Amino acid sequence: MITLALSKGRIFDETAPLLEQAGIRALENPETSRKLIIGTSDNEVRLIIVRASDTPTYVQYGAADLGIAGKDVLLEHGGEGLYQPLDLHIAACRMMVAAPQGFDYARAVQQGARLRVATKYVQTAREHFGAKGVHVDLIRLYGSMELAPLVGLADAIVDLVSTGATLRANNLVAVEEILPVSARLIVNQAALKLKRGAIQPLLDAFSKAVDSNG
Amino acid sequence: MRNWLLPEHIEDILPPEARRVERLRTTLLELFRVHGYELVIPPLLEYLESLLTGTGHDLDLRTFKLVDQLSGRMMGLRADITPQVARIDAHLLNREGVSRLCYAGSVSHTRPRGINATREPLQIGAEIYGHAGIESDLEIRQLMLSSLRACGIRDARLDLGHVAVFRALCRRVGVGADLEAQLHEALEAKDTPRLDVLSSDLDSVTRKALRELPGLYGDASVLDRARSVLPRHPEILAALDDLALLSQDNGLPVSIDLADLRGYHYHSGVVLSAYAPGTANAVALGGRYDEVGKAFGRARPATGFSMDLRDLVQVAAPVRESQGIRAPYTQDPDLEAQIERLRSTGEVVVVELPGHEGSGTAGCDRELELVDGKWQLRRLVVERA
Repeated sequence: MITLALSKGRIFDETAPLLEQAGIRALENPETSRKLIIGTSDNEVRLIIVRASDTPTYVQYGAADLGIAGKDVLLEHGGEGLYQPLDLHIAACRMMVAAPQGFDYARAVQQGARLRVATKYVQTAREHFGAKGVHVDLIRLYGSMELAPLVGLADAIVDLVSTGATLRANNLVAVEEILPVSARLIVNQAALKLKRGAIQPLLDAFSKAVDSNG
Repeated sequence: MRNWLLPEHIEDILPPEARRVERLRTTLLELFRVHGYELVIPPLLEYLESLLTGTGHDLDLRTFKLVDQLSGRMMGLRADITPQVARIDAHLLNREGVSRLCYAGSVSHTRPRGINATREPLQIGAEIYGHAGIESDLEIRQLMLSSLRACGIRDARLDLGHVAVFRALCRRVGVGADLEAQLHEALEAKDTPRLDVLSSDLDSVTRKALRELPGLYGDASVLDRARSVLPRHPEILAALDDLALLSQDNGLPVSIDLADLRGYHYHSGVVLSAYAPGTANAVALGGRYDEVGKAFGRARPATGFSMDLRDLVQVAAPVRESQGIRAPYTQDPDLEAQIERLRSTGEVVVVELPGHEGSGTAGCDRELELVDGKWQLRRLVVERA
């Protein structure tokens, strides 16, 4: 039995066609079902529905053999104990620094400067500003990051941007791209060694599906 | 105040398990002994320089440090016994030719090595110094498999890798240390997209080879695939030949992973790991590390393996030990003689203390009873609720 962990919403919606190309169809829709373990048309494959930021943890601990997680989530997690063999090119967006319109970002990030940054992606932000040689005070928030600069909690935010509509609605502008983000197929390291016979065909099928959509 | 709580990832080993751990330790050390491995007992702490020489940044971060009040120098609590044994071989024994050493002891880690891992593994292992050929690697593989068998671990599988493949690819084209470290990290995660980005400035042969490495895992047929897709550098061909030899005659399933670079910083040749069903982490890790001795002023080829007794005890086959015998508290010399005799055959005999009859004898399933003036064994009726 192979267990695949993924989150509902965009990741599930965009993974479903890839699974279908691999001959696997979820027996229930997680949006309407309240079940957290969902069977598939393949008796040897089941899906577990987890919160996006928990996917790497489930796979790392072997509670799931495979998972589908955004690169953003993987960077925060650190990737320990995981293989990340495949970029699925789905759920694509960008990790950006955004600041209020009119904020002089270039001046604010001169070497040695100090900046207050609100974000959910603390590791990514720390790494990014560290590489630029800018001191940051990181403020960990769990949502509605766009609010922070508007009420004086932070100078800038680090967040995922897909269309930019939320930024515009709150008079923020993206001032710097940190990295492009898309979903990765992740694999538990021990599972790949111990259950290779079952996992490898699934990896190959995903790989083929991605190439053919490519 | 909960002052009986232990720090995270630090734990006691309690009675039935502690006994099992000790049994495994003595079984394994005895196995090493009859294979000609001499026991060494290195210190728990020593100067940081000698503890970390030639081992890489990883071990440095994993080592607890303190200042020696006598010398003012920095000391470390060992996080790995292998470098200590290499130091002993290089400087203290100073033998020419081959020496075989083994050890068992606890090590401390500032941060746990894997998921659910302890920060105080009980490391046990064996090393061969002074032989550079594949024969000593084969001996180590054999000893590792015998150790698993001695622990009653069935259905183990052996995973083989070789750091020389990746190293030769990098060194051949003069990849800088920074890029090599980044490539190494990407390979370990089998992160192909990142490998593509990192290797974009390298020549096409190296780029193609690096791109192939993450996919070069599986059964022994991987070696044939590797021979056809990797550049035919002598180091790489030699590494593949070594792996071919090691993958034969194991009596258990073997997999090969050419992107498995665990311990890359101090390994220099084959890397062995054994997995048992029911554990996420490898139960035994080993390989060749010829360059560690060099840091101690005497370059000695070295190969060996180690295991964590705490991990082993989780997967080892349970051994049924005979239970104890309860004896009453009397001054009867006949009883004392009888107890002495039983204990000399390895039986556990627990003498009750006056006023506390029936307590402290939980592990007993028999008792000594006076029947017709003779002390006799009688099976205890189970009293436990």
